[in-house]
Amino acid sequence: MPDLPGPPDLPGLPATPGQTVGPFFHDALPYERDHELVPPATPGAVRLHGVVRDGAGEPVPDALIEIRQADADGAVPEVEGSLVRDGGFTGWGRAATDPSGRYSFTTVEPGGAFFAVVVFARGLLDRLFTRAYLPGRDLDADPLLSRLAPGDRETLVAVREPDGSLRFDVHLQGDRETVFLSFPRGGAR
Amino acid sequence: MVSHEIATLHREGESSRTQPRLDFPPYRSSLLRHPTKVLQQVDPEDVELLAPVFGHSDVGPVEADLTIQGRGEPIGERLVVTGRVLDGEGRPVRHQLVEVWQANAAGRYVHKRDQHPAPLDPHFTGVGRCLTDGDGWYRFTTIKPGPYPWRNHHNAWRPAHIHFSLFGTAFTQRSITQMYFPGDPLLALDPIYQAITDPAARDRLVATYDHELTQHEWATGYRWDVVLTGSRSTPVEREDDHA
Repeated sequence: MPDLPGPPDLPGLPATPGQTVGPFFHDALPYERDHELVPPATPGAVRLHGVVRDGAGEPVPDALIEIRQADADGAVPEVEGSLVRDGGFTGWGRAATDPSGRYSFTTVEPGGAFFAVVVFARGLLDRLFTRAYLPGRDLDADPLLSRLAPGDRETLVAVREPDGSLRFDVHLQGDRETVFLSFPRGGAR
Repeated sequence: MVSHEIATLHREGESSRTQPRLDFPPYRSSLLRHPTKVLQQVDPEDVELLAPVFGHSDVGPVEADLTIQGRGEPIGERLVVTGRVLDGEGRPVRHQLVEVWQANAAGRYVHKRDQHPAPLDPHFTGVGRCLTDGDGWYRFTTIKPGPYPWRNHHNAWRPAHIHFSLFGTAFTQRSITQMYFPGDPLLALDPIYQAITDPAARDRLVATYDHELTQHEWATGYRWDVVLTGSRSTPVEREDDHA
């Protein structure tokens, strides 16, 4: 099967290659309240959660998800305090998947259109970027979503669950493979 | 067998890729975990251009020394590992988080899923963090990790390595990688390292022994710089720079 590369490298210094996060990151990267961008009891708090699956549909119990987001008013905070959370909203969080492949964040719905998402896993040789769009917005106006086939677009839009939470499953491969992103003009493959 | 597969893929593949192939069958765990669709090229939006911010309320200075976390000294060859974190235009990534984790000198992780029958070291967790300084420098004191067996194929051994988790000035620069040691004979046999098909790109993951960093009667020194992909600059600036 051919590997499908991202865009060619940009001019400038050649980037240091990525490598898999491997299986042994759990004592190093997760930390207390890593997935709580706001305390669960906060008014307006919402859960963003889902399952990471492989190409056979099996859950991936050794994946790590990070999100970056705006606050409810659409401002992206640039403040410290993500590792030792003191109640301030930093707009960044981290969640490892559990043995069932599940991850969960407690946060607020961003004022912007989507959560920026990066995925790491054992077996995944470099990180993957994607977006979790909020459902119910004007998705046709989005430059990315508007050019995707309906099946692909669906992989990027979170689903509103009956309990009000947002479900965003990640499929690394397969029929429902998530659309992953590269940023040729402003960042990374 | 696996070495033959690696050699075949290197011959067939293009050699100018600076990043690993995501679909690299010699690394068995990649088979069902690599995407098959082309990555969608998008212009990053604000939220993707603003990296998370970390500060001294997040990370204490002692976290950069992995040899002082126990009641005694860990067993092993004491090392200083230091270098700079730069963006794709060579600008330092200042005051940003660097996280590391590694096996102990016997090749064993504290991790509950590590089944390698090698001894744990009660004085070594293998976990550290620091912030880069105003010129993008990071610095850790640790011990040299050992190689260890894994189940990818018969008699598979990972070369000694330190895992690095890195943040840039933009969210799109987020990277996790592994630093290796010069002269390690296991590098040629390792499917994870060899998933980078360009030899010059692979070399960028290997630290350099630096006698200037070596401390008299205390620790040997290694230098390893990291360049993250791209920058926060606009496409217009980039074209001007390189026209």
